[in-house]
Amino acid sequence: MIVAGCDVGSLTAKAVVLGQTRILGYAVIDANTSPARSAEEVLHKALALSQIGKQDIKRCVGTGYGREKIPFADQCISELVCHAKGAHWIMPAVRTIIDIGGQDCKAMRVDAKGQIAKFYTNDKCASGTGRFLEVMADLMGITLEDLGQLSLKSKQPAVLASACTVWAQAEIIRLVGERTPLPDICAGINDAMAGRVATLINTIGIENDLCMTGGVAKNMGVVKSLESITGMRVRRLPVDPQIVGALGAALLARGVSL
Amino acid sequence: MIVAGCDIGSRTAKAVIMEDSNILAACVMRDKPDPEESAREVMAQALAQAGMRMDQVERCVGTGYGRKQVTFAQAVESEIVCHGRGAQWLEPSIRMVIDIGGQDAKAIKLDEKGKVIRYAYNDKCAAGTGRFLEVMAKPLGVRLEDLGSVSQKSTTPVKVSNQCVIFAETEIVSLINAGKPVPDIVCGLHRAMAHRVAALAKGIVVEGEVGMTGGVAKNEGMFNALEEALGVKIHKIGWDPQMVGAIGAALIAREMVPSA
Repeated sequence: MIVAGCDVGSLTAKAVVLGQTRILGYAVIDANTSPARSAEEVLHKALALSQIGKQDIKRCVGTGYGREKIPFADQCISELVCHAKGAHWIMPAVRTIIDIGGQDCKAMRVDAKGQIAKFYTNDKCASGTGRFLEVMADLMGITLEDLGQLSLKSKQPAVLASACTVWAQAEIIRLVGERTPLPDICAGINDAMAGRVATLINTIGIENDLCMTGGVAKNMGVVKSLESITGMRVRRLPVDPQIVGALGAALLARGVSL
Repeated sequence: MIVAGCDIGSRTAKAVIMEDSNILAACVMRDKPDPEESAREVMAQALAQAGMRMDQVERCVGTGYGRKQVTFAQAVESEIVCHGRGAQWLEPSIRMVIDIGGQDAKAIKLDEKGKVIRYAYNDKCAAGTGRFLEVMAKPLGVRLEDLGSVSQKSTTPVKVSNQCVIFAETEIVSLINAGKPVPDIVCGLHRAMAHRVAALAKGIVVEGEVGMTGGVAKNEGMFNALEEALGVKIHKIGWDPQMVGAIGAALIAREMVPSA
């Protein structure tokens, strides 16, 4: 049975086409103003890459911020459940999942069956979410990819005193003015981000194995900083961390028991 | 006896000159990049207004974020103490002061002598501080000082669900794009911000007369929204609320035992 999962987030839309045993194809696109159109576009792209026709999809589950607007979804399931499902399927040893999206930050503790035991979610404050990194990258005129890459070259990471995105902006402007090397500023930003995430998820505690999902997991500066702050290894996923939610949605569409 | 108070905040600098119980001069100006220069300049303005020279001022107390840079002050005092002292002197019935500055917000509980009993303070997060309104004013195309009067024209206030400056900014832009009237958005913003400040005040329990100080207190829309959020009437201070910290500093200067 071929199924699909579609995750329409605040900044990107993701779709996964899932066969009996493997991912047939997936796509990630920037979300446009209409969640419905983003969903159609991303599914279309994933289908093309899978060489599968839309009529061959037996069931589709929608998730993410814009899930209620996905026209072709047979069912909608929260992104917490989908990320847990997806991460557990890829890496059954995972017990803690940190999912950082464009506008939120979530952490889940899952049991050996991939069921959520505890969770934490922040969508009230931009600090510790992808938006923090986006604002900082914009301010420095670099891309999000650069922010991750450049930080790895830092010899002396800058230290940001503020967790608040607004106050941190002023600090970045000062650091730039003081001609602090760009890699050091980038490292400071990623460290601040990781520090904030570590504080937020402290409420549920971390149990091994730990993994990260969502777009921010692609930023190695944040991943490494989180490892050094928590003293725990962040397991690298063998798939694009950004598609874990959509993958979980597809698994749920198939009704896979975990 | 002639004394002065100088309050160097994150956005503005204030100076007050007092003789006994009379306020001779009160000046406010936008901060310079160098707080030391801001202090000197605002004090020079106040002296000019009072027609005095610095050597006629017996004592000066510095306060605010940049208080250590007030080089001509004999002593410094925290803005919490100064706002408490100033508010209580102006309006003796006040037992709680809510001071919203450019980059912070404070709730201060006072005893009948104006002494600080308890306080709550936020400078970690821009939500609920003057910066919130400052950032929102831009996409709305409304000057900061006009937000109050604009909000009074609101007929059906919009619900603004975000308190975070970053998230609220995005929300405002989409409300503007959705064609919501600007006064309704501004009113919604005041409510969102008031909610945040009220939470800070409620954390130390709101009791007795409440007064509002700091630049944001001049915004009548915010004043009303805060009354609504707290569920109490706020006592209007009979003086420019932005000057209360500097007045408090001057009062403390007056009461200081002269150093030998």
